[in-house]
Amino acid sequence: MNFDKELDARGLSCPLPILKTKKSLNELASGQVLKVVATDPGSIKDMQAFSTQTGHALLSSTEENKTYTFYLKKK
Amino acid sequence: MEMDTRTLSEDKEALDRLIRERIDALLGQRLETKLAEIKAAKTPSMTIIATKGTLDWAYPPFILASTAAALGWDVSVFFTFYGLELLKKDVSHLQVSPLGNPAMPMKMPFGPEWFRSIRWNIPNALQAVIPGFEAFATTMMKKTVSNTGVADIATLRSLAVEAGVNLIGCQMTVDLFGYKTSDFIPEVKEYVGAASFLPMAKDADVSLFI
Repeated sequence: MNFDKELDARGLSCPLPILKTKKSLNELASGQVLKVVATDPGSIKDMQAFSTQTGHALLSSTEENKTYTFYLKKK
Repeated sequence: MEMDTRTLSEDKEALDRLIRERIDALLGQRLETKLAEIKAAKTPSMTIIATKGTLDWAYPPFILASTAAALGWDVSVFFTFYGLELLKKDVSHLQVSPLGNPAMPMKMPFGPEWFRSIRWNIPNALQAVIPGFEAFATTMMKKTVSNTGVADIATLRSLAVEAGVNLIGCQMTVDLFGYKTSDFIPEVKEYVGAASFLPMAKDADVSLFI
């Protein structure tokens, strides 16, 4: 998937992945895509909740080898 | 003539009744839709009253506030009593004590896995007597925090400020403990009393006392 910015949140625990995601999204323009890579297992539910609450679409959420990759589109 | 008046007033009554029924029906529908619209458009809000100043109690207000702000909520935190310590310029002085705190797990944050899993049960009587025990416990806690990728308080606080959390100081506590506003970070929005903060709490969707 294409993305405009990547955030490496590996090794960070709640709530840092969400806080840094919000900060990174602030720097993007509407419609741009942010890729977030995290190792915190709680981040799956957190990203879902973040997307629902803020309206930034969660395009995909995948896991591979205890690493989670999310693509968010700024609304 | 009589018949005409009666019919006229009967007609008026019937008309009134019909109008009332119609208005009730329409109003019922419109009201529900309108209320749902208002509810959906409202920005969720939260107020937190932070009263503790130890390292362990510093986490809940900052984590909750910054996460809510990241979700787009309006958040205000009122720091009162020992909570004012969390607004000091340098927060590295915050300590945690296991004394009388049986819930605090005492595990070593270094060494092999089997060593780390041991939960050391140091009796209160011993903790109270050993000098520097609190400083030791605090150091161990900070190491545990950094080992697990959890943010330290200073980082959490600055992320909270960036996310737009309102940090509010209790003026009474400032006077009570002889603080000066220059002791605290400049990002504190204002110093007020309970009478100013309570109305904020009243309108908030979530109000927490920590």
